[in-house]
Amino acid sequence: MNSIIALSLFGIANLFLGFLNNRKILLPATLAFVLVALGLNLADWNQEYLWFNNMLRTNNLSVNFASVILVATFLVVAVSRGFGDDEEHTHPAEYYAIMLFSVVGAIMMVTFENLIMLFVGLEILSVSMYILTGTDKRNLRSNEAALKYFLMGAFATGILLFGIALIYGATGSFNIHGIEALVLTAAGGSAPALLYIGIVMVIIGLLFKVSAAPFHFWTPDVYEGAPAIFTAFMSTVVKTAGFAALFRLLGGAFTGVYGTWIYILYFLTMLTLIIGNITAVYQQSFKRMLAYSSISHAGYLMLTATAKVAHTQSSILFYSLAYSVATISAFAVLMVVAETKESNAEKTNENFDIFNGLAKNNPLLAFVLTVSMLSLAGIPLTAGFWGKFFIFSDAFQRGIVVPLVVAVLMSAVGIYYYFKAIISAYFKEGDVPAIELKPIYKITLIVTTLLTIVLGIAPDLVKSIF
Amino acid sequence: MQQMQQIPDVIKLIPLNFYVLFSSALFCIGIVGVLTRRNAIIIFMSVELMLNAVNLLLAAFSSYRADPSGQIFVFFIMAVAAAEVAVGLAIIVMIYRNIQTIDVGILNKLKW
Repeated sequence: MNSIIALSLFGIANLFLGFLNNRKILLPATLAFVLVALGLNLADWNQEYLWFNNMLRTNNLSVNFASVILVATFLVVAVSRGFGDDEEHTHPAEYYAIMLFSVVGAIMMVTFENLIMLFVGLEILSVSMYILTGTDKRNLRSNEAALKYFLMGAFATGILLFGIALIYGATGSFNIHGIEALVLTAAGGSAPALLYIGIVMVIIGLLFKVSAAPFHFWTPDVYEGAPAIFTAFMSTVVKTAGFAALFRLLGGAFTGVYGTWIYILYFLTMLTLIIGNITAVYQQSFKRMLAYSSISHAGYLMLTATAKVAHTQSSILFYSLAYSVATISAFAVLMVVAETKESNAEKTNENFDIFNGLAKNNPLLAFVLTVSMLSLAGIPLTAGFWGKFFIFSDAFQRGIVVPLVVAVLMSAVGIYYYFKAIISAYFKEGDVPAIELKPIYKITLIVTTLLTIVLGIAPDLVKSIF
Repeated sequence: MQQMQQIPDVIKLIPLNFYVLFSSALFCIGIVGVLTRRNAIIIFMSVELMLNAVNLLLAAFSSYRADPSGQIFVFFIMAVAAAEVAVGLAIIVMIYRNIQTIDVGILNKLKW
């Protein structure tokens, strides 16, 4: 819990560091801040506390989710490379500060005990992301992405809030354990219609945020328009936090009226998997493909988020970790290749053909890209395989056969479009000059790749902790 | 002070169903506005209308249940909505500077 307070202070400290005319210190300072927050977060391990008048609860589940979020943040910050040397148009101190603030929101979404805190955390996270999406001020695509994200996000917040208001009207409480108890008694048959409508609206509001179909329309545009580094942040941290919140509501507060929402969620899961995977096949842009891939991964996560059984939480955590690590390394390779081509005054478009001939001069980058693509596709000996395996076996144990069959078929479709990037890198003719990587960048890429492979060989290293 | 204590009683003169229906109507007007309008500022106003429908509903439930936490939530929503307005208007100004319009129909560089 102290990590929330610390991160807020660190964010302000970061803003002040911006006054020093030394951009070099920002990156190590931010990395140190995130590490300190991770340490403070782990200090809450094996303790169950309520904070701030029952507003927040820390337990092992929340510590785990917050750790995944902080690790993802650390990796994203490590590959951000101080946002270039453009003195006039970039403001790295502010970007890092806003990233730290948004992590505060993400941790609040993981630890909330009261729906007020869910709302405030969600808004801290979302408002920060609106700003970060629009940071490329001169770029019309970034502008457009920011406006779309903002309008869609505010709309989703309105729906979520109306749902919360209706739940409050039906149960008279914002506390999720209070709601859980009242929902259980109401489930006997006397529950007012307000409760059901409210629950469905809250679920819709959260599904908007995690970009599940049919509420995914903003995702490809926003992911494509935003600067790649913030897309990486968005598709990992925001998604993990959103699923943590969804899981805590579905697995806790709303379990009493399971029957009202479970079939809606099964249907939306299948829709998300089909739309995400099939549309990704047709994409020319690598970044847009990763956006659809993030929609399809939301589908896999929804398969487990629908119920609280013994292994569910560790499956979600493992999947989030595997997905975050692989996505960040994919975006890191994309960023460094796009930047090199740009500095050679070549026309870049972030399409698949940007990787043509990557393996010839940059074997390390091509290998990192390959491992991350294999992990996202769920090929054995990568973390992504075990993530999918745990999720599918959970679904099988709970006997949800139809969504499971759809998920398995769609993960086969996924292999096609992930392999397009690998084929470009190894088998297509093209010319990518040898890229000189900064040490921290190189180390981060090696760490993410090693993590993916090690978790692919020995998943129990992490799975047993979760 | 005495008048303050009467406010819940005054609110209760109108049946709770009326508040729910009224708020829902406001909320639906907001949704229709978001979905049909092309001007970014009007869309934004419609979103605010949705939030205010929620505020009204929370205040009504809170009075009927004699439970202050609903009204506390209203303050949170107001504060967060103000922060959202600040960021949203900044984004709209940024777009206006670049393309001299805030019609969302013009913004189609990214295909849906």
